[in-house]
Amino acid sequence: MEYIIIIISTVFVSNIVLANFLGICPFLGVSNKVNTALGMAAAVLFVLTISTIVTWMIQHYILNKFGLSFLQTISFILVIAALVQAVEIILKKVSPPLYQSLGVFLPLITTNCAVLGVALLTIQKDYNLLQGTFYAIGNSLGFALALIIFAGIREHLEMMDVPKGMRGMPIALVVAGILSMAFMGFANLVK
Amino acid sequence: MNQWTNFTKGFIRENPVFAMLLGMCPTLAVTSSAINGLGMGLATTFVLTMSNIVISLIKSVIPDKVRIPTFIVVIASFVTIVDLVMAGFAPGLHSALGVFIPLIVVNCVVLGRAEAFASKNNMVSSIFDGLGMGLGFAFALTLLGSVREILGNYSVFGIKFIQSDGVLMMILPPGAFITLGFLIALINHLNMKAKS
Repeated sequence: MEYIIIIISTVFVSNIVLANFLGICPFLGVSNKVNTALGMAAAVLFVLTISTIVTWMIQHYILNKFGLSFLQTISFILVIAALVQAVEIILKKVSPPLYQSLGVFLPLITTNCAVLGVALLTIQKDYNLLQGTFYAIGNSLGFALALIIFAGIREHLEMMDVPKGMRGMPIALVVAGILSMAFMGFANLVK
Repeated sequence: MNQWTNFTKGFIRENPVFAMLLGMCPTLAVTSSAINGLGMGLATTFVLTMSNIVISLIKSVIPDKVRIPTFIVVIASFVTIVDLVMAGFAPGLHSALGVFIPLIVVNCVVLGRAEAFASKNNMVSSIFDGLGMGLGFAFALTLLGSVREILGNYSVFGIKFIQSDGVLMMILPPGAFITLGFLIALINHLNMKAKS
């Protein structure tokens, strides 16, 4: 039950993109088409879950044990960068079709603040490993949901007659604001 | 003259937020009040300037293949310094900015300037570039924070000018997206007017 609550609250109630403002760059950058949005969402689900598990272990088995918690930021970002590279190399060898569809998005993920953000939040919230894993999966699903809805809206937006100055990014941001308002409707879903 | 251009280009023409749309996460997340925006902007300015200095000094000894990880380590070190100093001397601001202080590491503005400018130019130019870009970022965040605070709480920098509750929506997440959208639209409009 506890795990279902974690998933629901991360997907709907405090959505990673629309309420916590993590991963805005890919949210605005690769959301022109539903297909690219799906690819990006899958790549994030993959990397975010693995990196949250690995950084949790580093925090609890290395940093806490030796009193090195001031190295948290440096070690996490290095581990995530290395992990993204490793995932890219392994995927290329093991599953070429998957690599074909996710490949272009993987390098972009290193600078996706959602990955580092979720890793840090998992430590801050004092989750155990299993809760942390569900928290990571929930957040990636929330990211996927927001990204795909937004991409769908933007595909239609291209055919609209928008005032000149509002074209492109400004109207996209206003749409994101309205989407964020819609997600606030879920506010009292949990507790 | 050249240094002056390096310094001023970050304010309007190449403003990281309004013109290049970089560093969106902290821009949207911490600007619920003017003071938070200013604090975040100045923290980023410090990290940006210091990392520009260090990277421009060591650029000749970094092998090309590992330059990105090297930049990240330099940036992360300064972010850790900011994090610890702010926790010690401004605990209120530190808890308001929360997880977004360590997230300066992945702010595209900082890594972007390291890669595009500091790794190619000398130290003096890099200092001016870092200061200009950082202050341009701080300016954008403070502007966004002020607009949201004025509409959402009828106050600027905590000084209330109408004794009543504002439009709460502007302080909540949707307000961030909508305010930034209209600010960029306004700047686009002014640019188009200046051209014609």
